Amino acid sequence: MDFTFTEDQRLFCDNVKVFLQNEVTPEALRKSWESESGRSPELWQKLVDIGLTAMLVPEKFGGLGMNAVDFILIAQECGRAALAEPLVETALVGVPLLASLADNDERCAQLLEKIATGERRIAVGHSVNNLISDAHVADYLLLPNGNQIHLVPREQVHLVAQQSVDPSRRLFSVDWKVTEETLLTNGALGVSLLAAALNRGALGAAAQLLGLAEAMVGLAVAYTSDRKQFGKPIGVNQALKHHMANCAVKTEFAKPVLYRAAYTASTHPVHADFAVSHAKVAAGEAALLAAKNSIQSFGAMGYTWECDLHIFMKRAWALDKYWGHAGFHKNRLHQWLLNPNAKIGADKTFGEQA
Amino acid sequence: MDLIYTPEQNAFRKEVRAWLAANIPAKPLASFDTQEGFEQHRAWEKTLAKGNWGMVTWPKEYGGRGCNLIEWLIFEEEYYRASAPLRVNQNGIFLLGPTLMEYGTPAQKERFITKMASGEEMWAQGWSEPGAGSDLAAIRSKAIRQGDEYVLNGQKVWSTRAVFADWVFCIFRTDPASERHHGLSFIFVPLNAPGVTVRPIPQLDGLPGFAEIFFDDVRVPVENRLGDEGQGWNIAMSTAGFERGLMLRSPARFQETAKRLVKLYREHSNDILDLSIEDAVVKCYMDAEAYALSTYQTASRLMKGGKIGSESSVNKIFWSELDQLMHETAMNILGWRAELWPQSPAAGDVGHWLDGFLFAQSGPIYAGTNEIQRNIIAERLLGMPRK
Repeated sequence: MDFTFTEDQRLFCDNVKVFLQNEVTPEALRKSWESESGRSPELWQKLVDIGLTAMLVPEKFGGLGMNAVDFILIAQECGRAALAEPLVETALVGVPLLASLADNDERCAQLLEKIATGERRIAVGHSVNNLISDAHVADYLLLPNGNQIHLVPREQVHLVAQQSVDPSRRLFSVDWKVTEETLLTNGALGVSLLAAALNRGALGAAAQLLGLAEAMVGLAVAYTSDRKQFGKPIGVNQALKHHMANCAVKTEFAKPVLYRAAYTASTHPVHADFAVSHAKVAAGEAALLAAKNSIQSFGAMGYTWECDLHIFMKRAWALDKYWGHAGFHKNRLHQWLLNPNAKIGADKTFGEQA
Repeated sequence: MDLIYTPEQNAFRKEVRAWLAANIPAKPLASFDTQEGFEQHRAWEKTLAKGNWGMVTWPKEYGGRGCNLIEWLIFEEEYYRASAPLRVNQNGIFLLGPTLMEYGTPAQKERFITKMASGEEMWAQGWSEPGAGSDLAAIRSKAIRQGDEYVLNGQKVWSTRAVFADWVFCIFRTDPASERHHGLSFIFVPLNAPGVTVRPIPQLDGLPGFAEIFFDDVRVPVENRLGDEGQGWNIAMSTAGFERGLMLRSPARFQETAKRLVKLYREHSNDILDLSIEDAVVKCYMDAEAYALSTYQTASRLMKGGKIGSESSVNKIFWSELDQLMHETAMNILGWRAELWPQSPAAGDVGHWLDGFLFAQSGPIYAGTNEIQRNIIAERLLGMPRK
């Protein structure tokens, strides 16, 4: 029993954090809003170059052979920086799905190699989301059709852009024709791979939500330490201190829940529903509270386009509903916990063990 | 990260489970806020000590087992799962014990830890004063040195179980000219010393769980001072860290309550009209698990040489508000039965929820109010301005 990350995992995360701080500044994000795609191929290549798209690609397909525990801290950093590029969707959600099929499917194997090198990009559809993010910059789309999973070239789909409240997000509804050629899998395997993809999607969203929560609290703390009224920083007032402390409590207690979910999703994916839904609910609550208390701390400034807070706040609002909103995940928790056969109690925190 | 218990840890769990099953008193003990219940609980502490289960994390020479923190968590999980009696000496073993290990002289450790571990000496805490609550540094009770003794004068209040305890660990002002955090010292006082008057204060349940303690020219030897003269504040803050943080409220306690709450909900689900109750039940269970996960994370980190910091304030807010929510939810489920004391014939087997509900009211107040904890988090963890 050891509930810590390794030195290597922490160190790599710190490096990625610094990289994102330098590359994904609020100014850079605002600039990306002006461009049609909203995305930067140069930035994507840099993410590829430090190995981020290859992290969960198996070694035999040119990747680093890592898992969701290795990636979870990186996903948190993507949230902290409000990274717009679809790194989490690609590396944490799409790649493991392809990897599950790659031993018996040359298309998946080749695609994995090219995702690792940055030559190809993917977008991931799922019935829980309705819309697909970043389909416009993908070469291939992973699309569900009932229990079938298809791999469809972008040229073969029709995309209709949908405007998100978050100017960094690029969302699309997709029209496409189901054909035999694009089918990857179906039946029981399709069901289980889609279920696992949903859990990894929710996990990635939860991680980003916690990064966003901390970013917003950081902005609000800096602002309230600086802004003076009645001759002193407004941050000396207990009302504002307690707003921020409440955010910290929510965030700190969502983290270990997130890490258990990452561990369970990578070691016992079939039993990860409860852990993942717990993480998504806890992280969503933490991020929504951080958004609400931060805009309150900023006052009128927080309600402006000029203030950077909305970059993070809008992403939090969006991701809280993406990969299953609170109702979806709470419903899973209720069904699990209130089942008379549920194995509950302190000795079951980490599941049934000898 | 490896969230699997080792074979040794699983074996340890089995050993604890078997020992508790064989040794827990058949009849529930009376409340430890009565003389009778206090002595029953003292006897239970002695039984635990005989089996070397009193404080499993302590070194073997003090009656412990030298367990690491993960083993301690397992012990606690089994302890609450078995509904073992509450720990009457918790001020001693959970708060003073670890502080003594850190700051005590070899002679003090030998003298005090051994008898604390064996269940012979029960401890109360004497920090708060009528004018020093949240503002603990406003302490006025004095300890004036005369030769090899301190002469104590003043008043302490809200001392839990001091009515029946043997000793109290206090903070006194040893430098009369000092102010605030300076000039304070950490001193042990036997409650039967001449000049000590203990006056019971009945708590919400009507039992004398609190006391105020008056000191009139009480003399104690200088050897009863923990740490250096004037170091009292720092030692107290380290004790407070244990109090708010890891040791005092292990997650198993809340997980066990949450599990019983789920059971209570299932048993009464047909009578429940308020749809929000189900949501609260699920939230309680999840939050209890989050607290456990957080503690496992902290324990793992400490075992690798990490230190505990402001997270103890974050913890204290979380467990105290969770405990409130769990008991409020139980009261909402119980409806008309909620107000009944356990001894009421109509209370059936659910009356104990009322005791828990009353005690849960104290959680956000003791060990530093949650308002004070929020200030600490804002200023020390987040860096917000003091002035």
